Amino acid sequence: MLGEGILKGMAETARNFVGSYVSKERLTTVEYPEQRIPTAENARVFPFLVYDGPEWQSGLRCVACQICEKECPPKCIYIDKSTDKKPDFVGKAQFYPAKFDIDVSVCMSCQICVEVCPFEAIKMDTQFELATDDRFGGLLLDREQLSKSNEYYHSIHPTEATEVDNRLAEEKAKVEAKAEAAAAAAAAKAAAAAALKPNPPAPTAGGD
Amino acid sequence: MVSSSVVENLDQIFIIIRDWLTHFLPAAWRPAVDVVLSVVVIVCVFPGLFALTTVFERKGLGRIQNRLGPNRTGPFGFFQPIADGIKSLTKEDIVPASADGVLHFLAPVILVVAVFMGFAVLPMGRNMVLVDMDAGLLFFFAMGASTELSVFMAGWSSRNKYSLLGAMRAIAQMISYEVVLLLSSVSVVMITGSLRLTKIVDAQNQYSYGLPHWYIFTPWGLAAFIMYAIAATAETNRSPFDLPEGESELVAGYHTEYSGFKFALFFLGEYLAMFSISGLGTTLFLGGWSAPLAVLSFVPSWIWFFGKVMMSIFVFIWMRGTLPRLRQDQLMNFAWKFVLPFTLLDLLVTAMWRFMGEGWLRWVVSTAILAGAYVLMGRVSMYRQHFAPRKYRYAE
Repeated sequence: MLGEGILKGMAETARNFVGSYVSKERLTTVEYPEQRIPTAENARVFPFLVYDGPEWQSGLRCVACQICEKECPPKCIYIDKSTDKKPDFVGKAQFYPAKFDIDVSVCMSCQICVEVCPFEAIKMDTQFELATDDRFGGLLLDREQLSKSNEYYHSIHPTEATEVDNRLAEEKAKVEAKAEAAAAAAAAKAAAAAALKPNPPAPTAGGD
Repeated sequence: MVSSSVVENLDQIFIIIRDWLTHFLPAAWRPAVDVVLSVVVIVCVFPGLFALTTVFERKGLGRIQNRLGPNRTGPFGFFQPIADGIKSLTKEDIVPASADGVLHFLAPVILVVAVFMGFAVLPMGRNMVLVDMDAGLLFFFAMGASTELSVFMAGWSSRNKYSLLGAMRAIAQMISYEVVLLLSSVSVVMITGSLRLTKIVDAQNQYSYGLPHWYIFTPWGLAAFIMYAIAATAETNRSPFDLPEGESELVAGYHTEYSGFKFALFFLGEYLAMFSISGLGTTLFLGGWSAPLAVLSFVPSWIWFFGKVMMSIFVFIWMRGTLPRLRQDQLMNFAWKFVLPFTLLDLLVTAMWRFMGEGWLRWVVSTAILAGAYVLMGRVSMYRQHFAPRKYRYAE
């Protein structure tokens, strides 16, 4: 009959109206600043720099190789290489970024810097509340603002961070085994040389 | 008796306060001051109701869509209208360079003034009517029709194609439904024999077996009320008849080029028109300020009037949350092919009711005619339109 559909519709909306007061499951609203839903593990916003250990300056994984700076499509990364070197996680002396800036107003969150980084030093953050009243300085993040600990990385992307840790440990073990083998070889060589000559010069152990 | 005098005083409390405020004035001044006082009260009360309604509407619509609605400003978001008011007052008032400045300014003012004029003749309680005019109903409709003028002024003076299209839609729609609005009210006038709104309320303020003699409880009255409600929704440009605004296709229709407080005035005008047309509907069909049961007569009459108006507003909001917007041709077809013929038939039935005298026969005959016509018209229109899953001729 005419008007039947309207009455059905009115009944449906009335059911929703009353139901939203009765059952809490109906209300899907998350009242954002007070309530939050955890971000998805694969969420990504802008890149950050990972450091190991308690202190960011000494623990930064970045070796200022500048691959990310060159690959970045919108050119939002700016790196100044250091003049001196300091040891990285396996103990090899490496450069470090004297300056590492990311302009997040330019960054397009493409993750290419993460893909190309051979040192697992740059990863994607999930922090999105970056609003500032200074649109130039406030959005240009420097080294100190960018560096976050490995524990933080674990807290936002647990699966990925564990994978990275395993890979790094494997690499470190490989390097150590190689160093050990080299040291053993050198020692054997030295022993042989010592047996051959009575007074040889001290051999230098290869680091690689 | 003490209790009955308390009831009496509560019922007439506004009249008593007004008389107390003016009793020290010279007798010659009193009528004028009385009127000014009443006008001030009307001008304060209805915008206050408007503010409340905007919050309730937004919360109600939210709940219908399983949302929370505004809840940030004040307890449960009830200070939202204050925030909105401050916002619209501090916004820049932009007038397009090629607009007709004078008309552009006058349109919202005329709308609000014309809508406020309608309240002058509405009886809002026992003895609570500003001007008890002989032709009150006629005055009300004259004022209601002049809102169309302001809508077209707004659309024309903005020099914007969306505004003009919205205004033309508004005029076409309002004129079409104005006819129905008037004709459905005429049936009440035919029974009451008076255009005086207080007399119409008095005619309904009688009880038999404790039940009221409201016109909605008669077959012709129910039919006229439904047609009146449809026409009132279209007159006030409320969803599903909100084509003149049509955000999705016309930006905002005739008030596209309005900003700041002029826009707020249009908004106010729309809601005031809703109040006044609900007030008239209440007066004509729902017994005005009379209680729904004889035993409830001790409750002050103005509570009943405003309660009924707010109930109508709730139904307006409910419909807005339910129905999608019609297309222009559907709107016109509905007005001229269904609502108007049915209203005309209802006039005939009302005349029969008037001349068939007391008794059960007139109930049976008029119910049969109206119900039969309703079913038949529904069948015919449904048969013609072939309601079925839509076929796409070119898309397959």
